[in-house]
Amino acid sequence: MSNDHGHHKETFISKYVFSMDHKMISKQFLITGIIMGVMGVAMSILFRLQLAWPDTSFPILNWLFGDQWAPEGRLDSGFYMGLVTIHGTIMVFYVLTAGLSGTFSNLLIPLQVGARDMASPFMNMLSYWFFFLSSVVLMSSMFVSTGPASGGWTIYPPLSALAKAMPGSGLGMTLWLIAIILFIVSALLGGINYITTVLNMRTKGMSMNRMPLTIWAFLLTAILGLLSFPVLLGGGLLLMFDRLAGTSFYLSDIFLGGGIGALEQSGGSPILFQHLFWFLGHPEVYIIIMPALGITSEVIAVNSRKPIFGYTAMVISLIGIAVLSFLVWGHHMFITGMNPFLGTVFLIMTLIIAVPSAVKTFNYLATLWKGSIRFTNGMMFAIGLVSFFITGGLTGLFLGNAALDISLHDTYFVVAHFHLVMGSSAIFGMMAGIYHWFPRMFGRTMNKTLGYIHFWLTFISAYMVFFPMHFQGLAGVPRRYYTFDILPEFAPWLDVNVFITMAAILGGVAQIIFLWNFFSSIFAGEKSSQNPWGANTLEWTSPVEHIHGNWPGEIPTVYRWPYDYSLPDMDEDFVPQNVPDEGSSEEIHVTPVNPVSSDAKKEPEESNVMFFTMVKNWFGLGRA
Amino acid sequence: MSNTAVSTTSTWAGGKSPFKISYGKLMMWFFLLSDAFTFSSLLVGYATVRFSFPQANETQMAELRKEMPFGTDVHEMFHANPDGFVGAMNDRGIFAETQWPAPELVFNHFPGHHLHWPLMFVSLMTFILIMSSVTMVLAVEAGQRMERKKVEIFMLLTIIGGLMFLGCQAWEWTKFIGEGAKLYTNPFGPVTFAALFFLVTGFHGFHVLSGVVINFIIYLNVLKGTYEERGHYEMVEKVGLYWHFVDLVWVFVFTFFYLI
Repeated sequence: MSNDHGHHKETFISKYVFSMDHKMISKQFLITGIIMGVMGVAMSILFRLQLAWPDTSFPILNWLFGDQWAPEGRLDSGFYMGLVTIHGTIMVFYVLTAGLSGTFSNLLIPLQVGARDMASPFMNMLSYWFFFLSSVVLMSSMFVSTGPASGGWTIYPPLSALAKAMPGSGLGMTLWLIAIILFIVSALLGGINYITTVLNMRTKGMSMNRMPLTIWAFLLTAILGLLSFPVLLGGGLLLMFDRLAGTSFYLSDIFLGGGIGALEQSGGSPILFQHLFWFLGHPEVYIIIMPALGITSEVIAVNSRKPIFGYTAMVISLIGIAVLSFLVWGHHMFITGMNPFLGTVFLIMTLIIAVPSAVKTFNYLATLWKGSIRFTNGMMFAIGLVSFFITGGLTGLFLGNAALDISLHDTYFVVAHFHLVMGSSAIFGMMAGIYHWFPRMFGRTMNKTLGYIHFWLTFISAYMVFFPMHFQGLAGVPRRYYTFDILPEFAPWLDVNVFITMAAILGGVAQIIFLWNFFSSIFAGEKSSQNPWGANTLEWTSPVEHIHGNWPGEIPTVYRWPYDYSLPDMDEDFVPQNVPDEGSSEEIHVTPVNPVSSDAKKEPEESNVMFFTMVKNWFGLGRA
Repeated sequence: MSNTAVSTTSTWAGGKSPFKISYGKLMMWFFLLSDAFTFSSLLVGYATVRFSFPQANETQMAELRKEMPFGTDVHEMFHANPDGFVGAMNDRGIFAETQWPAPELVFNHFPGHHLHWPLMFVSLMTFILIMSSVTMVLAVEAGQRMERKKVEIFMLLTIIGGLMFLGCQAWEWTKFIGEGAKLYTNPFGPVTFAALFFLVTGFHGFHVLSGVVINFIIYLNVLKGTYEERGHYEMVEKVGLYWHFVDLVWVFVFTFFYLI
């Protein structure tokens, strides 16, 4: 691909709507993700109102949802479940998969590996528009007369397979499935592109062991998506047939109340769906967290002004997480009557994942150690991610243990665990990415003071929301209950629910600050310099003004890994990747127009080793 | 190239494809990988349901094979039973809801006569599909030698093979449906047998159909001389990959549904 497609005549539609430029597509993903995120967070606050004050009338609920779903200002119990379901679906798929990985894979993969664009810009555009369509279909399910899908985001059959089982299993559920199938198509189109671009289109000198850790994370995320989403596609297809064509893949003998009686279906197994679902579902949580971890690696290294600690260990732990994530899905199903031996296998695999996760955490801490830390907004959120990852990760050890899980399953302990370890963590990784790469996306920086306020309010409120839930869960409070005043055992926890809801409202308000900061900075933020954070990666060598093809002249050649910070005997404390090894100090100042002047092409460093050599060295096998 | 400063010896050093292939072909491989997982999920679903039922009784089956050898006229043999062959098998408990039917008794038809030819028709289908893979390979090979005429011929043969396969499948489905099998009922035994058969072979048939359509588009381009102008026939190679994949999947579907 040459850069002469910068000369295309561009209309508004080809530039902003059906754009094939990866930078514009990443903005489309981000803004759609933010809109979906606003809706997801708003839903969570609305159903938290119900949990905190079950008997109080909120006119706003009646105003929003009308007499059918919120008569007299109190949520209908079915619609409460619908809100919980759609909140989960939005946050897991639309915000933290498409919004996070879609945004940053698109923005950073071509820019950081040194490519003019994605391998197939057209497929990339399709990927966004399938995602957009999917979002529209999902949100439209809020407006059907039987309500949105309300069996939880895991849509277990038989509840989801029988339209008559409850109102939320009607058209809303069908729309949910259509939305997810469109989403899968989008994820596959994107994922194939990401992998191919990383493998095939790296610039000269960008060997695998010189790739920024963000790219490693996006690559492995895309591989996980590529191998796990199709399984949900298969599972969803079978579920669709059960719903619409009267098959019984997931249905065995069923008796429905309400005068319907015994159904004809027989011979299927609802547990089969759980296996197919969690074969996606577990890799999915790593699809969510790995891009956030990659972003954090980059942001922490840049703002500690230190090389990332243990680059090879970081890569290997990412690979380890990716491989293990396919072998642990059964830990979501310990109480399905699974053979205890099989449960033990899943238990051991699950606990082994703690090892690479801990390697990453310790490497973050070791990178911070004695660094000259710059507490930029992005850095604050990156450190916040490490905090949530540790807190949430520790409870993962409880839940991964089959014996404990049997009593903790489906309690608020689980809710607290995953909201910290993949919810808050990944949101913080996404925020770190937004604050850090905002200058790259929009040529301006976000307001720092508002960023700090946003960080502290979000950080504190997230802990205030999710920390008490651990104690609720340990006391046996089950998740997905509409109200707790039916059982006297739960009465003591009502006050805690009030506290949690208040903290959730505080967290919601903090996001309004973020939204203001984000959208106003696009138009009125401080103009950013070429390389505002003093980072080494290639995206900061391309011009601030977005152009087709990313670099006006030749694509820069890479001579070093991306973490040469604070090298001794250097004027600057960073050396960008495109600076030759024996370069003089003038070459460190990157000229944006032609980053690689012809006299700058020097011999690259000798250690241009292949990835496998790197692995061998890591195990001490390659050292002669 | 003047820029030899950066190592060009190392496979993964960047600036080129580590696999020495174009991005389009690489994308096709990754697509096929993910599609393989889709089919795997369906076949795992099949296996889960399949093995929750017992097999047809082996001694009973052995007796039946002696009684009803290859080429028996089934219509004549079971004309006394008002429900014909299926009814007779039902009476013996071979097509019971509690056990998985033996495929050789379900798929024993052949167009043109009523003789008992177990699995002959599906073997023919499989043979046709595999032969279409052979012609595909010949098209790809001719493309590499830039022999446009041969590419045209072999692409056309591949398309015909695909259409024949689809026709066979249509005939087999019609027969199966005519005997009473639907997504929600199955005279041969458990309903899930029919449902899985229709779903998985249908999903595969959909792949064959899309393959035929894509092959046809590429064939038109070959006729127009698009690839000759381009200087290479890589598109033929890419659709070839897809076609071979679809054939490979059929081998598994065939094994799972007809042989096991």
